[in-house]
Amino acid sequence: MDFRLNEEQQMLQDTVERLVRGEYSFEKRLAFSETELGFSADFWQQLSELGLTAVPFSEELGGFGGSGVEVQSVMTELGRGLCLEPYVQSIILGGGLIGQAGSDSQKDTWLAGIASGELKAAVGLQEPQSFYDLNDVETRAEKNGEGYVLNGRKAVVISGHCADLIVVSARTSGDARDADGISLFALSPDTAGVERRAYPTIDGSRGCDITLSNVQVGADALLGEEGKAAGVIEYQAGRAIAAICAEAVGVMEMANELTLDYLKQRKQFGVPIGRFQVLQHRMVDMMSELEQARSMAILAASVADSEPSDERRRVLAAAKNVIGRAGQFISEAGIQSHGGIGMTWEYNFAHYAKRLIAINHQLGDDDFHLEQYATLLQAG
Amino acid sequence: MNMNYTAEELAFRDEVRAFLDEKLPADIAAKVKGFRRLSKEDHQRWQKILCEQGWYATHWPEEYGGVEWTPVQKHIWDEESCRYGVPRSIPFGVNMVAPVIIRFGSEEQKQTYLPRILSGEDWWCQGYSEPGAGSDLASLKTRAVRDGDHYIVNGQKTWTTLGQHANMIFCLVRTNTEVKNQEGISFLLIDMNTPGITVRPIITLDGEHEVNEVFFEDVKVPVENLVGEEDKGWTYAKYLLTYERTGLAGIGMSKAALSHLKNLASRRLKNGRPLLEDPSFSQRIAKVEIDLTAATISNLRIIASVEGGGVPGAESSMLKVKGTEIRQAINDLARRAIGPYALPFLEEEMDMGYEGDFLSDKDAAPLSAQYFNNRKLSIFGGSNEIQKNIVSKMILGL
Repeated sequence: MDFRLNEEQQMLQDTVERLVRGEYSFEKRLAFSETELGFSADFWQQLSELGLTAVPFSEELGGFGGSGVEVQSVMTELGRGLCLEPYVQSIILGGGLIGQAGSDSQKDTWLAGIASGELKAAVGLQEPQSFYDLNDVETRAEKNGEGYVLNGRKAVVISGHCADLIVVSARTSGDARDADGISLFALSPDTAGVERRAYPTIDGSRGCDITLSNVQVGADALLGEEGKAAGVIEYQAGRAIAAICAEAVGVMEMANELTLDYLKQRKQFGVPIGRFQVLQHRMVDMMSELEQARSMAILAASVADSEPSDERRRVLAAAKNVIGRAGQFISEAGIQSHGGIGMTWEYNFAHYAKRLIAINHQLGDDDFHLEQYATLLQAG
Repeated sequence: MNMNYTAEELAFRDEVRAFLDEKLPADIAAKVKGFRRLSKEDHQRWQKILCEQGWYATHWPEEYGGVEWTPVQKHIWDEESCRYGVPRSIPFGVNMVAPVIIRFGSEEQKQTYLPRILSGEDWWCQGYSEPGAGSDLASLKTRAVRDGDHYIVNGQKTWTTLGQHANMIFCLVRTNTEVKNQEGISFLLIDMNTPGITVRPIITLDGEHEVNEVFFEDVKVPVENLVGEEDKGWTYAKYLLTYERTGLAGIGMSKAALSHLKNLASRRLKNGRPLLEDPSFSQRIAKVEIDLTAATISNLRIIASVEGGGVPGAESSMLKVKGTEIRQAINDLARRAIGPYALPFLEEEMDMGYEGDFLSDKDAAPLSAQYFNNRKLSIFGGSNEIQKNIVSKMILGL
């Protein structure tokens, strides 16, 4: 057994680490967050130039066919910098859905652009009523002579506000929450009838809700087999879960480093507050939670690109559950250990805390994944 | 053992309800219930109504214009006012500095400041914490040096809640550096318009401007603004903190927040059914409701124990810890209840005048911000760690 990264993986991680350290200071991040784009176009460009946006793609697309472990290396470092770029949305989810479900011509049209970062994709898989259930799709796609007409609403599409291409799920048959009958469509946000309400998010990123009103798309907008997208969505959401778990580990690492520094520096009653046992034990708990989270992120990365199976489902549900709980614990315990300063906008800790809570609201929270896990457990 | 209200107490509750039915402005109540921002004007408008009723100063003797409610009556007021959506009284004037002035202040200070607190002419803020003096408050360094008829004040205060609205600040300042920390502190009343005072906003993680830093540079404060004796300020500060701590359990606010949560969960969907019917979510709500029931009775037990007068002891520290944990748990669930919609940060929807379409639920927008903002509950008013130290020392003798 060897949990170390191999030489290439380590080099990859070092590359991202250097880039983030050089380009993503806390002050710069605040400024990126306040722009309309919500992230740094320059940094995105640099990720592209270093081949980092292409990591999970094949060699023909400029990548090196990276698996969950390579993605993990990238994401952990992006997490440490609280980077705002749409890596998960565009590269992992957008690229993943098109890569798995798309026809050769669809892949030719879009994948090279996504892999180079030139084309930003976003995915609309949730709806106002869906909570975290990606099979709870009420958006309808009706077939007509020219292709399909889409009607419905997609909720909280992170990075959807600036996406060049949006992949949405819509129901072509079946009843609410049936896995059968869900289809995927790739469309330009400029298509008539697509309306985006953009907003900032609590963790400093940006997204939108998308209303689809009689949106006419061609038959070539359909990704994969009509009505059979549920499996593809679940699989790619699983890859995204592994990626976001790796990101969360980076966020937690920084949150813990900042808290530990504070415990050593901050003096009250004539001593560093880290001398108080109650704070020592809490810091130890934060560290243990991080290690649990790290273990699950590693496990999740190891199954992210494996064949669909109940075992893969179990691992990913377990990982996101642990990450959700550990993230909330570290967020809250870290704020508490800092006291008031941990709650201020000007100090970076609060932004790590907010990202950890936000991660629990993406791709299912700890309760949702506990339920997923329990369902698998009951099924045997 | 009798856990029921007396006939008089029930009559008082009816009186409170009748008053709130008639006098509480609907727009203000809607803001409070929807966790929207309140303006300075909202607070002042409501304070005026309360004063006209004679119910503003519930910690003051009648001779100064207060109302001498029993602890049970105060509790009834707390429960009912939270249920109705009454804004939390800004405590710094009426519930903090006023009891200190009444107990330790000069006759002139009483005549000057108490009427101005009642009329709303003065808005007070609290100058206790400093960058280097938080939990270890007695290590404060803001210096006041006597110079003829004045003190010259230099230093910095922080976490000054709503200091941006205040025209008066009560400060703990160091007047003697020769003695041990607690013995060289004095209690000064300072006009915020005095030259040399600068207020700088601190923006919190939810983007709100609620707290401030206050800087003092050669600020001249007349000696008659000293409360009580020089170097005895720590005694007065401790007296004030007992008043601060009693309200901090926030039982009434937790009840209001829980009722809000249950309404929200009955509207939000999961698997096509109301979230309130989801087994795991309803169990989470049930657990916090059970904890709140227990804390409510604990609170009543403390209230009953001081019916004859006096202020609660270290038991209120225990209740502060429990009460704030419960409120934070409710905030956590409210954020969870809106699922993916916890992410959008919709400042426009947080204002009451918003007339556009709500992105999701009408009550969703403030919930994440409120969850983050209320992490302060376990930090302020003496952090929960400090409260536990108090219990450990005062009750357990450890």
